[in-house]
Amino acid sequence: MIGITSYGAYIPWYRIDRKVIFQQLGWFNMANAAVARGEKAVASYDEDTLTMAYTAAADCMGDRRRDDVDGLYLASMSLPFGQRQNAVIVSDALDFRSSIRSADFTGSLKSGTTALLSGIDAVGSGSSTSLMVCAADCRVGKPGSSQEYTYGDGAAALLLGNEGVIAEFKGSFSVSHDFIDSRQLTTEKFEHKWEDRWVREEGYLKIIPEAALGLARKYNLQISDFAKIIIACPVAGALKALTKMFGAQPEQIQDNFVAKVGDTGSALSLMMLVAALEESNAGDKILVLSFGNGSDALYFEVTEEIDKVKPHINGIKGHLDRKTDLTTYGKYQVFQDIIPIEVGIRGEAIAPTAMTVLWQQGKTISTLQGVRCTVCGTPQYPKHAVCVNPACGAIDKMEPYRFSDKVGTVVSFTGDNLAFSWDPPQIYGLVDFEEGGRLFLDFTDCTLDTVSVGLPVRMTFRRKYEDKERGHNGYYWKATPVS
Amino acid sequence: MGCTKFGELWDRTAESLIIEASSEAIVDAGIDIKDVQAAWFGTCADDVNVGKSAIRLGTTLKTPFIPITRVENLCATGSEALRGACYAVASGAVDIAMAVGCEKLKDTGYGGLPDFAQLLGTDNRVMFPNLTAPGGFAQLATAYFAKYGLSAEDGKRALARVSAKSHRNGALNPKAHLRNTPTVEQIMKAPIIAWPLGLFDCCGVSDGAACAIVCRADMAKDFRKDFVYVKSLQIAVSSGEEVAYQTWDGSYVETTYRAGIAAYKEAGITNPREEISMMEVHDCFSITELVTYEDLQISPRGKAVEDIEAGFFDINGTIPCQTDGGLKCFGHPIGASGLRMMYEEYKQLQGKAGERQIENPRLGLTHNLGGFPAMCVVAVNIIGNEL
Repeated sequence: MIGITSYGAYIPWYRIDRKVIFQQLGWFNMANAAVARGEKAVASYDEDTLTMAYTAAADCMGDRRRDDVDGLYLASMSLPFGQRQNAVIVSDALDFRSSIRSADFTGSLKSGTTALLSGIDAVGSGSSTSLMVCAADCRVGKPGSSQEYTYGDGAAALLLGNEGVIAEFKGSFSVSHDFIDSRQLTTEKFEHKWEDRWVREEGYLKIIPEAALGLARKYNLQISDFAKIIIACPVAGALKALTKMFGAQPEQIQDNFVAKVGDTGSALSLMMLVAALEESNAGDKILVLSFGNGSDALYFEVTEEIDKVKPHINGIKGHLDRKTDLTTYGKYQVFQDIIPIEVGIRGEAIAPTAMTVLWQQGKTISTLQGVRCTVCGTPQYPKHAVCVNPACGAIDKMEPYRFSDKVGTVVSFTGDNLAFSWDPPQIYGLVDFEEGGRLFLDFTDCTLDTVSVGLPVRMTFRRKYEDKERGHNGYYWKATPVS
Repeated sequence: MGCTKFGELWDRTAESLIIEASSEAIVDAGIDIKDVQAAWFGTCADDVNVGKSAIRLGTTLKTPFIPITRVENLCATGSEALRGACYAVASGAVDIAMAVGCEKLKDTGYGGLPDFAQLLGTDNRVMFPNLTAPGGFAQLATAYFAKYGLSAEDGKRALARVSAKSHRNGALNPKAHLRNTPTVEQIMKAPIIAWPLGLFDCCGVSDGAACAIVCRADMAKDFRKDFVYVKSLQIAVSSGEEVAYQTWDGSYVETTYRAGIAAYKEAGITNPREEISMMEVHDCFSITELVTYEDLQISPRGKAVEDIEAGFFDINGTIPCQTDGGLKCFGHPIGASGLRMMYEEYKQLQGKAGERQIENPRLGLTHNLGGFPAMCVVAVNIIGNEL
């Protein structure tokens, strides 16, 4: 039996009320009133596809051995790097081995399910025994467009394997079409879209059924066989029409949470699958239908193993209500990098990053890996050669020690208005880890008035700085409140 | 010794500041520049003007091909320059040596110190938070307030008293940059720079230079009657424990404590609270001064606020602190500050501090801190008018 062995998801902390967008730009296109309902998730200034994919995958991994995973596939329409593999940045952050297969899947909204199918093929063929599939998107809707309202940011992760399977992969059927509902050259910041009614009539309402019917015929299935049907269609009207067309009951149709999170692009189908798994029971059959230059249809059957895995995962449920208001459209625009803004002499001062040093430092930076002294047992960071314990002082008696999955408390902190910050004040401080060791870190996803000495914190993987002039992003770790 | 006025000296060059400070010192010593046999040049961030190496000091002073060493130990650079000069004469290598500290920080274009991304190599950009000096020291305050149960208001009031006291002193000093006298209330309400430090809890950045001329103790009476003895020069550098090991609790500066112990031992001081007459400490931020009172074993741990409120460190108090106005009123041209502190103690010991003169000082202490509480170098120096 092969299939899904674990799942995880991530929704950013910041949410913007769509009415706030309409208040600013509704005058330009009153038709957008139709989409100015609910709220959507917005990646913070220090988040991107890679940081969200990591967080979803870390949620999925839990306490599992990192060394056991032999592949990572990352799907996204908003990868930061056109050249420099994005997937391996995520697998390094997860402290996976180097002896793995890694790949980026991009170019289409169905790349999430395509990555999933490729992962299933790898496990099914025996090339892999445990493979992580992540999908994450933070697409920027052009100001004035309806996408500015509907697009949301998020990520999902699925671990695939042949042991402890919680949802058995049963079969798939794919169609691929050069259906140009949306197009964008790699050099462009924003996409171009064709007319909504054509996308609905010729796209959603023809191509999704084509894949669904292909699957049904191939495996002799009825719509009533399925406990949950995931249709990754962000348009409410089209979703309703498809429900009717399939003869499905409303309770079979998985909520696409566009109303609370937004259309998360290539992550949508996998995030909806995670949400379905969270509520599923042994024996449930789940149908997944993606859309984007074609459609992938897949179906799974949930096993009894699901109850062992559910309690340990945050998933969609665990992130939906972990949120804060992004109150102004101006802040939204700055986070999405839509407007030029004066960063001043401190914001401009980005020292060049030496790739030689990043390579030399390796896991110290990518994985927050420090060392533990084998003589006195003190965890310490970074890779000290001489033990920091003044009563020990052993030289070169260290073993690797991972800090990224440890929790700690705040020793001291401040909110710095002088330091350059995209979300002032810059909050940072010293953190002591419960199991030993101390780090000096930026804090994120918190406001100054919620930080105090003694606050419990955990580590999160974030984009520390962007060096656009030199084509580099610096990724590192920050502390964030445990709750 | 010599010392220029400190301030935003837009129209002055580094060279003119060096000449002014060293000329005053040379006249004060009653020597000629050609009598200086070796010099130490302290400058930190001013590669814009003076560049690296000792070359600029030699070419400015037109010294005749003497040995000159450039030193830098972040904000403790001024003390480091003095240390070099003193060890040179103490070792007998030369008879007369000079220490010059100079910085033209305003030419960097920053309000506050320049961005630190270049300071600790790759670590600073890639790993450490994007910190500033106010932020690095503000952490002392959040930890101290939490440890001793100070509310934000009570804590900020104690800090404000520290700054207000220094401003009252600086107002009496024609060489100080800032000579206004903000009230405790004004200081508490000032805009926050790095919580909980407000604008008036932070020293400014400025330009300036200072100079010291030293010789062996047995020769000093040949130059003047009211020379001053250097009784201790100590430095302590962080061991790496503070930032990576859990024993340090973030609410004080371990290196100050260690340098203090070594300095008191070297100077033969057994009860600093009783024996020290006056201090110039590194008041880059009001909280630094507050914890320094305890780290130097003047105030008992947790009792600095009591001493502050009792006026212990006021100019008419038991151990006047920052009688010249401190970094608070002078600003902090990094290479010069350690020597500016020494200049004030020197003048006080000679009875030449004018309106700021304290009665019968015997031992003056300077404290000079470079870096951040978690990773720093501290110099503690003691001078006196008795052997």
